[in-house]
Amino acid sequence: MKSARLKSAASTLTQWGAAHQLFWPLLTLALLLLVSVLVQPGFLRLSWVGGHLQGNLIDVLNRAAPLMLVSTGMTLVIAIRGLDISVGAVVAISAAVAALLIGGSVGAGAEQASRFPLGVAIAGALGIAAICGLWNGLLVVKAGMQPIVATLILMVAGRGIAQLITDGQILTVYYAPYFFIGNGYFAGLPFALIVAVLVALAVHLVLTRTAMGLFVRSIGINPVASHVAGVRSRLITVCLYVFCGLTAGVAGLIISSNVKSADANNAGQLMELDAILAVALGGTALTGGRFSLAGSIVGALILQTLTSMIYSSGVPPEVNLVVKAVLVFAVMLLQSPEFRRMVKRPHAHS
Amino acid sequence: MRIPNRVDSRFVPLIVTISLFVAMGTAGSVLYDGFFAPQVFLNLLIDNAFLCIVAVGMTFVILTGGIDLSVGAVVALTTMISAQLVARNGISPWLVFPLVLAIGALFGMAQGYLVQRFRLQPFIVTLAGMFLARGLCYVISTESISINDPVYSAIAQARVPLGGHASLSVSAIIALAVVAAGMWIAHRTQFGRTVYAIGGSEASARLMGLPVDATVVRVYMFSGFCAALGGVAVTFYMQSGYSLHAVGLELDAIAAVVIGGTLLRGGVGYVAGTLFGVLILGTIQTLITFEGTLSSWWTRIAVGALLFAFCLLQRLFATEGRERPPTSTAAPRSAGSPSVAHR
Repeated sequence: MKSARLKSAASTLTQWGAAHQLFWPLLTLALLLLVSVLVQPGFLRLSWVGGHLQGNLIDVLNRAAPLMLVSTGMTLVIAIRGLDISVGAVVAISAAVAALLIGGSVGAGAEQASRFPLGVAIAGALGIAAICGLWNGLLVVKAGMQPIVATLILMVAGRGIAQLITDGQILTVYYAPYFFIGNGYFAGLPFALIVAVLVALAVHLVLTRTAMGLFVRSIGINPVASHVAGVRSRLITVCLYVFCGLTAGVAGLIISSNVKSADANNAGQLMELDAILAVALGGTALTGGRFSLAGSIVGALILQTLTSMIYSSGVPPEVNLVVKAVLVFAVMLLQSPEFRRMVKRPHAHS
Repeated sequence: MRIPNRVDSRFVPLIVTISLFVAMGTAGSVLYDGFFAPQVFLNLLIDNAFLCIVAVGMTFVILTGGIDLSVGAVVALTTMISAQLVARNGISPWLVFPLVLAIGALFGMAQGYLVQRFRLQPFIVTLAGMFLARGLCYVISTESISINDPVYSAIAQARVPLGGHASLSVSAIIALAVVAAGMWIAHRTQFGRTVYAIGGSEASARLMGLPVDATVVRVYMFSGFCAALGGVAVTFYMQSGYSLHAVGLELDAIAAVVIGGTLLRGGVGYVAGTLFGVLILGTIQTLITFEGTLSSWWTRIAVGALLFAFCLLQRLFATEGRERPPTSTAAPRSAGSPSVAHR
């Protein structure tokens, strides 16, 4: 009885899944959450402590915020057949600029002393991040380089630039107001999470309420045809790379604020890979055109849930990499028409 | 006039690379005392032997229009497996060498199969391969394992004298042998010609009846093998296995290949150029060491700037080729125009 009901439920689920892009990412996330609850019974418990929500779920959401941001930018770049593998380096640069502009030294009053006002430091970091994005975009559009190659340059040089800014040191920030970005709470929720959600919402609105979404899709599906049809594809491409740089910049602020320092070597390490993975997990085609912003957000959450789960289950955290690799292989194969055909063929016989 | 022109356009990137290397060497010799010594130049090879070995494998992958991001991780995995087997399990190094080389080749072959059979993007496949190999390193051990085996220390200390006070290490000689083998494979075998044909236009290569599928798999297999061999060279150099060995090596290898004049689109390039690409990267490091006042991160910035310059140069050649497609040998690969078969 039970199995029959389960079966019919499963078949409706698969029907719905075929129709809805978000089905598989959400199912994966739900399964991961289920496993997390099994590993750690109190996983879903939320409590109100000291004027804000606390719990493992909030923790996962909070830690996923930088990746959510970068994945948002990465989704748009991948949607127009691009790729930005320099985001990790941009995270490091943005963190370094912010820490440099705030400056700071140990001692009395250090918690309130900043070399420049907080707004200037943030604007400076984001400005540099946007310039990084602009550089990538111009290399792709003006110099006509392949996106991987164009962004590889900044990926290689970027960490060197970040180290140049920090003079090879890990810059520690003592200025208390800066900590709010990565550790603060607003209306009971982590501020970083709110920023990530707001950015994603804003992008969603721009994509759905203006012609932008259509433009992005058309460039991704056929750049030449959309150019001929009058879409300003070059301008849009540059803008999207700038936006991707900006999201990496915000992620850099959040990360450096969270750990109260800027580490040019390790901030945002492997971020580009995680972001691409999140985007792929979310059902965005890596060949451009078909994209899902919500999917990427879910993808980022999947990765963070996975990480948290592995941390709490007592397995060495480094094994995370193996699990991620298996995930990427699985997602890639599921997206490949050749693989689907190979799997479907035996079914056709029976 | 046609023939010299053709030769020119094919060799220009290589000539630029070699001239740059000579110029950097000359500048270093003029600026710094003791720079112009045979051993300084041989040290370039000794210190970058593993990079050179890995970059030769990478050259073939890039010539087909693909990319292999897993090489650094495969190097680390090789050092880890070697260290685990030799130092902890006491297995003879002479058994371990062929074993790790086979593992590297198999790893590359699996990636090549995924790329070829399921039409997956090489970038993503080898990215996942990188995760997998690094993760497997950590599964073996999260800490560094030192190798005290006499065979390793003997090979690490062995120097082949070249007259005067100059000498080469075993790894450097392996690197030179790999470069020579790579040149022979690229220019003198059917496999090599197929690699160039795939890079020029996969569709045309298929129409010509070339074994495209098998070649793609073998190219990744070769890259995996080279990465494992590079890993063996690293174990000689470092005498340890560690999960964090060779982090970012894939970027250096790609940079060496690009600076060596190989087009990232595939189809154009030389293994010999890659050797000079590696030497240029080594020279940058040596120059910065000799300068003394510059910090190590200038290396990365300089490599990035060089990459930028060479990519721009490549674009220049590619656009030139597009303007006069019938005469150019470096015609860019464009999907949907399989007119390359005009020969």
